[in-house]
Amino acid sequence: MNWFAFTKIWQRNALVWRTHIMATLIGNLGQPLLFLLAMGYGLGHAVPPVDGLTYLQFLAPGLVASAVMYSAAFENTYGSYTRLSLQKTYEAILTTPLTMADLALGEIAWGATKGLIAALIMLASLPLFGVWPSPWTIALLPVLFISGAFFAAFGLIMTALASDYEFFNYFISLVITPLFLFSGIFFPLNTLSPTARLICEHLPLTPVVTLSRMFCYGRFAEPLLWKILGPLLLAAAATWLAITLLRRRLIR
Amino acid sequence: MNSVAAPDPSSNKPAPLLAVTGLSKQFGDRLAVDAISFAVARGECVGFLGPNGAGKTTTINMLLGLVTMSAGAIQVFDLPVPRKLAAIKAMTGVVPQADSLDPDLTVEQNLLLYASYYTIPRATAKARTNELLHFFALESRRGEVIGQLSGGQRRRLLLARALINDPLLLILDEPTIGLDPQARHLMWERLQELKARGTTILLTSHYLDEVARLSDRVLIIDHGRIVAQGEPRQLITDLVGIEVFEVEGTGAELDQLAAGLAGCEEAKIERAGDTLYLYAKKECRHIEALLKKSRGWLRRPANLEDLFIRLTGRSLRES
Repeated sequence: MNWFAFTKIWQRNALVWRTHIMATLIGNLGQPLLFLLAMGYGLGHAVPPVDGLTYLQFLAPGLVASAVMYSAAFENTYGSYTRLSLQKTYEAILTTPLTMADLALGEIAWGATKGLIAALIMLASLPLFGVWPSPWTIALLPVLFISGAFFAAFGLIMTALASDYEFFNYFISLVITPLFLFSGIFFPLNTLSPTARLICEHLPLTPVVTLSRMFCYGRFAEPLLWKILGPLLLAAAATWLAITLLRRRLIR
Repeated sequence: MNSVAAPDPSSNKPAPLLAVTGLSKQFGDRLAVDAISFAVARGECVGFLGPNGAGKTTTINMLLGLVTMSAGAIQVFDLPVPRKLAAIKAMTGVVPQADSLDPDLTVEQNLLLYASYYTIPRATAKARTNELLHFFALESRRGEVIGQLSGGQRRRLLLARALINDPLLLILDEPTIGLDPQARHLMWERLQELKARGTTILLTSHYLDEVARLSDRVLIIDHGRIVAQGEPRQLITDLVGIEVFEVEGTGAELDQLAAGLAGCEEAKIERAGDTLYLYAKKECRHIEALLKKSRGWLRRPANLEDLFIRLTGRSLRES
């Protein structure tokens, strides 16, 4: 087995992406940037500082984490499902020496890369809003990639189960949107009741939002280990499940 | 260039390129493929025929590891499926029934991308791409995005793509489906040339004239079983006859004719709608005398379609 064969799938997707780069960039970044503008800039004037940060400063790093989630999850649902069903790309790939694991890993690595690209553009545009990320932000990038891999793998699991595009509506409205709203992006979780807080803290995006804020401002008040290991384990488990379910779908 | 494992030295006959033994596939309670065995020799072109749902595509997908086997064994290039699938696929080319070209990419990009899946070095891939674009008359389309190609051009590109790794075995699932006669003839010419160069071909098609033209041997499969296999001309002569008379008429006319023809030795009569078919294995002198009274009739050599209908019946197969 060639451990790097998956990079060929990654390269294929990168090649296709380059042919319509603008549409995907605008599609994936529009929402987080608009939220930053409306909530941070607009609503921010009416909200007192949170944990010593202006509301705009508080909001920005979490929105970077959410951009990764959206970008990766969309790529490996709508994008992957198009390749699976409409374009029969997977069928074509599986007649070559590439394996199901190569295919799934390549798709997930690509989804995570798209998440990372979205994060980089968000981070690069934060100074426009007067938010200057600290140099520590460089160390945040691998964490964002891991989180991207988790959401990409989650998306690919949905693709393996989907019978049509409508199926992804459930995923977006029952998984992605709640995670966007309740992972500590918009309000600090310590204001919630203990039960609500416990639930929110165990959502898969929450540690990434917390880390994002910590690295962005170089304020390391909480222990890091589990916040990094947790997403890593989740990404590994979701990847394994995605490979298994995709194999079950494509090999009868 | 690819190489194949040496044949077993203990036997004089070279090992077949593809050997299928007792292959079965069970989908739930439906037995899609029922203990079939066949072999394809090196350099042979074998036509794999059968009605819809007979088990052709399931069998092909088992060869490629896209469907798991319920029982039996497959050896390709003397390598076992599924254990050595990656090595087998490296030496195999596949033209799928459904168009699976990358629609966002150009003709040339499609070929180069596919070459990368086989880990073909860039320079070799480029040379091979140029060669294939020339062979399939697609040079002028090199930079065009797939969406702008005609159906015939797409099919040719699919075949070109299947040849990017210089395969020893080519599997074609309905290679000319939906093409106009000109485009089909061009595909046939190219396939004949590949055959002449020694490429082993396994072909499925519903166009039986296509199969008759290209195949050295046919396998006819129905309800998951091989119902006949052999050289097409020989099979037609043995199982159908030498010539066919098709006679049109009313029920009463045809009844009368059938009664008169009963004396013909080794001839089979079949009725479908208001047509009577007479399959003759040898000459029968009084046929033509009897037919003089009929309004419309036709005498023609027996063909693969007659054999196909004979073996698999006239009823529609709808999934």
